[in-house]
Amino acid sequence: MVSIELKNISKSFGPVTANKDINIFAKGGEILGLLGENGAGKTTLMNVLSGLYRPDSGTISINNEEKTFDSPRDAISAGIGMVHQHFMLVPIFSVTENVILGNEETGFANFLKLSESERKVKEISEKYSLFVDPKEKIERLPVGSQQRVEIIKVLFRSAEVLIFDEPTAVLTPQEVAELFNIMNSLKATGKAIIFITHKLHEVLEVCDRISILRAGEIVGEADPKVASNKELANMMVGRPVNLSLERRSSKPGKILLDVKNLSVLSEKLDLAVSDISFDVKEGEIVGVAGVQGNGQTELVEALTGLRSSLSGKISYFGQMVPNMNPRKIHQIGVRHIPEDRQKSGIIGNFSVGENLILNNYYAAPYSKHLKMDWDVVSIESQKIIKNFDIRTPSNDTLAQNLSGGNQQKLVVGREMSSHVDFLIASQPTRGIDVGSIEYIHEQLIKSRNAGNGILLVSTELEEILALSDRIIVLFRGRIIKEFESNPAPEQIGLAMAGHSI
Amino acid sequence: MMDYLKKKFVSEHLDVKEILLVPIFATFFALTIGCLFLLATGEGLKNIFIAYSSLFIGSLGSLNALSETFTAATPLIFAALGIALAFRAGLFNIGAEGQMIIGGMAAVIVGFSIDFLPVWLHLPLALSVGALFGAMYASIAGWLKASTGAHEVISTIMLNLIAIRLLDYMLRSPIIQKEGRNDPISKSVLNTSELPQLLSFIDPQLRLHAGFLVMLGTVLLIYWLLFHTTIGYEFRSTGANPNAAKYAGIKATFTIVLVMFIAGALAGLAGANQITGVLGRASPGFSASIGFDAIAVALLGRSHPIGVLFAGLLFGALIAGGRLMQVKAGVSVDLITIIQALIIVFIAAPLLVRRAVPWIFKEDIKKDK
Ligand SMILES: Nc1ncnc2c1ncn2[C@@H]1O[C@H](COP(=O)(O)OP(=O)(O)OP(=O)(O)O)[C@@H](O)[C@H]1O
Ligand SMILES: [Mg+2]
Repeated sequence: MVSIELKNISKSFGPVTANKDINIFAKGGEILGLLGENGAGKTTLMNVLSGLYRPDSGTISINNEEKTFDSPRDAISAGIGMVHQHFMLVPIFSVTENVILGNEETGFANFLKLSESERKVKEISEKYSLFVDPKEKIERLPVGSQQRVEIIKVLFRSAEVLIFDEPTAVLTPQEVAELFNIMNSLKATGKAIIFITHKLHEVLEVCDRISILRAGEIVGEADPKVASNKELANMMVGRPVNLSLERRSSKPGKILLDVKNLSVLSEKLDLAVSDISFDVKEGEIVGVAGVQGNGQTELVEALTGLRSSLSGKISYFGQMVPNMNPRKIHQIGVRHIPEDRQKSGIIGNFSVGENLILNNYYAAPYSKHLKMDWDVVSIESQKIIKNFDIRTPSNDTLAQNLSGGNQQKLVVGREMSSHVDFLIASQPTRGIDVGSIEYIHEQLIKSRNAGNGILLVSTELEEILALSDRIIVLFRGRIIKEFESNPAPEQIGLAMAGHSI
Repeated sequence: MMDYLKKKFVSEHLDVKEILLVPIFATFFALTIGCLFLLATGEGLKNIFIAYSSLFIGSLGSLNALSETFTAATPLIFAALGIALAFRAGLFNIGAEGQMIIGGMAAVIVGFSIDFLPVWLHLPLALSVGALFGAMYASIAGWLKASTGAHEVISTIMLNLIAIRLLDYMLRSPIIQKEGRNDPISKSVLNTSELPQLLSFIDPQLRLHAGFLVMLGTVLLIYWLLFHTTIGYEFRSTGANPNAAKYAGIKATFTIVLVMFIAGALAGLAGANQITGVLGRASPGFSASIGFDAIAVALLGRSHPIGVLFAGLLFGALIAGGRLMQVKAGVSVDLITIIQALIIVFIAAPLLVRRAVPWIFKEDIKKDK
C-alpha cells in the first residue's frame, strides 16, 4: 500500500511564512484529518504536495522514494490527486469529457475514444459507488454530483493519494454522508486520504488520525477515538474556545423587513420563489433553513436589488423602495453578506483595502469629488482587519492571496463594520474556523441585541439553530414550515426534506 | 476569451518584473528568431549584422533617431491608452483606428477652416475637437452594447470600415479637398493649429513635436484616473469581476458608455496629434493602422498606463529603426511586423520566457495558470 511522507516542508510567500518545517505522513487505508485556523497553511501544504507550489525546502517521499514535482502533472503521475474546494469543471462538457480533459485518449486520426472512456468512467463510478451518469452535462448536476465528478477525475488518473480541501463546505447533510461513504470505500481499497475541514465533528467521525496546524507549524496530533470537539478547538486556536453561545431572549420591536406574496424567477426562468410572505422585526434574527437550491439564492437577490421580483411587495423600515437596486438598498442601511464570496463578495486581484470599500467607495470619507483618498481607506481597513482578525500581511495584499477563510472574514468584516440597520447574511461562516465563527456569531448576536434585524440564510442547521429567534424553512421556493422558537433538529430536518407536518 | 486575455494582459499593480523584464526578454527572443528568419531567407550574415545594427542606430543611435522614435511612439501610446482603459473595464475596443480617423478628420477641418484664432486657442481647439469626435464615434459602440448587448468587437470593427470609407468620401468633397487637386487630399492646416516642434532650435529636421509632451501628461492623467478616482475604481471592478461590481451597485451600462467615450477621446487625440504634429493634412490611410498596432501596445503594456508608455516607446523604436534598416540593409519592413508579432507571442506565453531564463523568474507554477 502507498505511503507518503512530507519532511521539513517550508514555504513562504514574500514575508509570509505559510508552512514552516512541517512533517506529516499518510498511509494507504487511512484517512488523515488536517485541522487548523484560517490561514494556518493547510491549502498551501496540499498545493505543495500536489505540485502547484514548489517548497522552499523539504522533501516529499512516496513509498520511501524521494520525489520532486515541477508541475501538477508530475504529482498526478506519482499518484497524487487533489479535489479542490473550487471545482475546476467545464459546465458545458459532459461528465466523461470533463474527466478525460487534459488526459484524452485518442485513436485513429486523433479522434477521441469517447465511448471507451465512458466505459472506464462508468467502471470507476460503480467500483467506488460514485453514482453519476457519464453522459450528463456538468451544468445539470447538483453540487454534490459535481464533486463526485472531481473525485472520478482524480481516480481516472489512478491516484493513490487523494486530497480533499474543504469538500463539505458546500454540501448538504445527505451529500456529506454520501461523501463519507465514498471516502470510506476508497480507504477500504487501500488509498490514502487527506481531508481538510473546519467542522470538528466531521473529523472525529471519519478520520483515523488528526494533525493540527497553527500559524504554519504542526502543533500536535490528536486521536479521533478519544479527542473531543473542545480539545481540538483549543489545540487549533491555542486558547479555550467557547463553542456554545449565550444569548438573551429577543425583544422584537417594529417590523423592519416586510415581504408580502413575493415571487421571483430564476436564471432559467422557473419560479424559484413562489408567493412567500414573512417579516423580520427589530432585535430579531430570522433563520432561513433549507437544502441549497430551494430558492434561497433568488430570495436574497430579490431582497438586495440584484434581481427583480416577479410579483409581491418588499418593504424596508415600513416603506417600499422604488426602483430597487443594490446601491439604494445599501444606502438605506441594509448590509448583505453574499453566499459566494468568490463570485460576488470580493475582487480577487484587488487589494484587501480596495475590497473593503467595495460598496461605499463613492462616498466620504473614502472619496471626495470623485477623488479616492487611499490614506483614509488604509486607516479604516486596518481597523476592520484588526477587529475581524483577517490574517493578511497588509491591506495592500491582493485578496486572492488570502486563505479562503480570511477572504470570507474580509466580506463579513466589511458588511458588519459600517452602520447597519438590517443585515442579510448568506452562509456568513462558510469556510471559517471555529475561533472566528465564535467571534462572528457574537457580533451577530450583539447586532441583534442593539435592535437590528438580521435575516440569516444558512444551509448549516447548527448555525440556524444556534442563532435564530424564529426559523422559516424553504422547500421548492415556498415556506413549508415556520418555527416560532427553537425546535428539535429532527423537526427542521423533516421540513427541509419537504414534510410539512 | 475575454477572461483568458484579461489573465494574460491585465496587470493590476505595477510589477517591475511583469511590466519591464518580460517585455525586454520577449523583445530579445523575438529579435533572435527574426534573425533566424533572415538566415532562412538566404540573407548573408554580414547583411543581417547591418540590418540589426541599423535597427539599433535608427532608433536610439542619434538625436535624430531618438526624435523619430518618440514621434512614432506618441500616437501609438495615445491610442493604446484608450484600448488599455477599455480593456480594464472588460471591453475589447478594436475600433481605435476608426476613432483615430474621425478624430483626425475633425482636427483637419478645425485646422484649416478657422483662421482668426491665435495659436494658444486654435491648437487646443483642434486637439479637443479631434478628441471629442473620436469620443462620440466610440460611444456609438458603447451605447449599442449598453442598450442592446451588441458585442463591442463586432460593432467597432464595423465602425472602422465605415470610418475608412467616410474618410475617402470626405476627402473628395469640395469643402475639404485641396483646391486644384484631383486626388483625395485635404487642405493643409494653418500654422496656428500646428503642434510646435521641440528641437528645431538644434536642427529644423528634428520632427519631435509638443504632442510628445501632451502624451506624457496624458499617461499621468490616465494613471490618476484609473487608480485615484472613483471612476477608475468602477472601471477596474467592472472589468475584474462584473458580479462583484453589480453587487457594489456599479451600473454596468453607464460604465460601458463612459469608458468607450474616454477610449475614443484618446484615439481621436492620436489622430489629431498626427494631423497637427506630423502630417499637416489628411490623406487616405493617414492613420497608417496605428490604431491596430496600438492594440498590441496595450496588450504588451499589460493595460497599465506606465506599461503602455514603455511598450509604445519600444514599438516606436522598432518603427523608426525599421526605416533605417530597410534603407541600409534592404531588408523589408515586414520583418518589423514579424518581430512585433513575435514579441506579443512571447508575452502571451510568459512561460516560454520564464523557462528560457529560469534564474530570473523563480516563481510558482500556479501563477501562470
Ligand atoms: N499565492 C499566495 N501569495 C501570497 N500569500 C499566500 C498565497 N497563498 C497563500 N498565502 C498566504 O499563506 C497563508 C496560508 O494560506 P492557506 O491558504 O494555506 O491557509 P489555509 O490553512 O488553507 O486557510 P483556510 O482555512 O482559510 O482555507 C495565508 O496567510 C495566506 O495569506
Ligand atoms: Mg484553505
